[in-house]
Amino acid sequence: MIKFLNVDKTYSLGEDKVLAVVDASLEIRKGEYVSILGTSGSGKSTLMHIIGLLERPTKGKVFIEGKDVSKLDDDQISAIRNTFVGFVFQQFNLINKLTVLENVMLPTIYFKGNLKFDAEKKARKLLTELGMANRMDFYPNKISGGQQQRVAIARSLIMSPKLILADEPTGNLDSKTGDEILDVLESLNKKTGVTVILVTHEKPVADRTKRQIYIKDGKIVKKYI
Amino acid sequence: MTGPKTSFMHMLKNSFADFKRNKVRTFLTSLGIMVGVMSVVLLIALGLGLKNYLEEQFESLGANLIMIMPGSGFGGGGGGFSGPAGLIGGAEFDERDLESLKRIREIEYVVPLYLESALIESDDTEFFGYIEGINEEGFVLMNLEPLEGEVFDKGDVSSQAKVVVLGNKVAEELFGNPEDGVRKTIRMKNQRFKVIGVLEKKGDPEMDSSAFIPYKTTYGSMNPDKTFFSIYLGVKNDDDVAGVKQEAEETLLKRYDEDSFSVIEQSELLETVNQIFSVLNGVLLAIGSISLFVGGIGIMNIMYATVTERTKEIGIRRAIGATQKDILLQFLSESLILSVLGGLAGLLSATGIVLIIRIFFPASINLVAVLVSFFVSSAIGIIFGVFPAKRASKLSPIEAIRYE
Repeated sequence: MIKFLNVDKTYSLGEDKVLAVVDASLEIRKGEYVSILGTSGSGKSTLMHIIGLLERPTKGKVFIEGKDVSKLDDDQISAIRNTFVGFVFQQFNLINKLTVLENVMLPTIYFKGNLKFDAEKKARKLLTELGMANRMDFYPNKISGGQQQRVAIARSLIMSPKLILADEPTGNLDSKTGDEILDVLESLNKKTGVTVILVTHEKPVADRTKRQIYIKDGKIVKKYI
Repeated sequence: MTGPKTSFMHMLKNSFADFKRNKVRTFLTSLGIMVGVMSVVLLIALGLGLKNYLEEQFESLGANLIMIMPGSGFGGGGGGFSGPAGLIGGAEFDERDLESLKRIREIEYVVPLYLESALIESDDTEFFGYIEGINEEGFVLMNLEPLEGEVFDKGDVSSQAKVVVLGNKVAEELFGNPEDGVRKTIRMKNQRFKVIGVLEKKGDPEMDSSAFIPYKTTYGSMNPDKTFFSIYLGVKNDDDVAGVKQEAEETLLKRYDEDSFSVIEQSELLETVNQIFSVLNGVLLAIGSISLFVGGIGIMNIMYATVTERTKEIGIRRAIGATQKDILLQFLSESLILSVLGGLAGLLSATGIVLIIRIFFPASINLVAVLVSFFVSSAIGIIFGVFPAKRASKLSPIEAIRYE
């Protein structure tokens, strides 16, 4: 479902060029629960951003469900981000002036076409399933980090995506809360068959997934060191 | 539930939530547009009001009127108005001119006008107004109807009778109730006059503040040279106005220099007034436009600040599927709402001010001013909002989302 062919990503910092991702080729199949493991600065986040179409590669080809991403315009890429991918970030990235419920519903307003479900009903259902039933009208800055991450997961699920991209989802949480979040992601993968890609720098976190992709200095390597 | 509709409602809700949280900033931003729209609407209202007012004044004198004035001030149509300087050193008309003008066949009335400002006194009150020396035809020509009493006749003129017909305001100031002035005696220039009539209210401040006396009555100490300030001609038929004007000019040229008098017909005067007002309105509009422009810059400034402030939010929205167009529209609609709110506030305050002004002066808000201000403020919202909105939409999602 996702295929990288010799992908490079280069940033220019003034006159210097930083190679964030070098010659990365990988494939992720439907229904996988996979982690991308690397130290900070290894290029794992960049790799994830390219998968999530938040960034475009400098070189190489990225295919999503067989489609060459470089040929898509902003509207098409935005539509993929809207319906195909659900993001869960380390910083939660909720909008503080919207309530929990409004945050979860937010992706539906950017869907171009007729929604096949009632946005509010579905948001309430997801939040209830995630144990947030009594926090729906709260604002994000009034609830705990673990709760915020649950809201973010609910938001990532509202459009029924095929892929969940979680970038250090436990990074800002204590280990108990972090484990709970990982349990949620794991059970989602098991119950709904949604593909989950977990980006982390913690080996124990990565060990919970079925497959690990190691990245070091922008390169995908066979062994974790 | 359809996407675009929800999206629009969300956008509106979102904008208003932001405005609510930044009340002072929103108010100050809209204030610029408000003042701009207010001044444009107000200036148009005053300009139009003044123009209508003057037109009414002229029209109340009748279309068949030709005025002969001293000086070359009122040029033929395109000359504009050169101010009082044009009157100085002009011709002083006298009875000989009246006689020669009367020979023009198409003329129905020839009215001399002696004009002087003077203190008009009753037994216990005084009023500073004008003495207008005219003949009996003047009342007909200028549509001056008596409210009480009567106007003077030919006999009063030739006998230099000490009678006076008071303008409505003069009578009101001197006697309280204008009708009460009739048969009283007043004093002007140390002479006593018997009030034989009081005129209906004319609406023209000069005429309402005048005391009309037979022009020959001024020939004593008031006007030893026996001259008039101006002569009014009434033409029998509208069609003859141009011809009579020509003949009158030729007649007067036998005695006076070309530069020392002007023969003006009503339509020319209107044209001159219209010209003055189109220039005046242009200037006023330019001033209003400057404040609108400054208001627009204020909006642009705030929108840039808003974009920076909400960079992270933009990044989040992009990550969950907002297109560049969605972001562009969101910011554009915010600046549009800001400026339209300002525009409406400006319109409302201008209307309020005009309603107050109307007590003193016939200003009027017309539909054009309303529409113009509405469209101009919308246009400003879009024009000045488009650059910040473009910048917001062009932000890289990932850089935006990392922005703190």
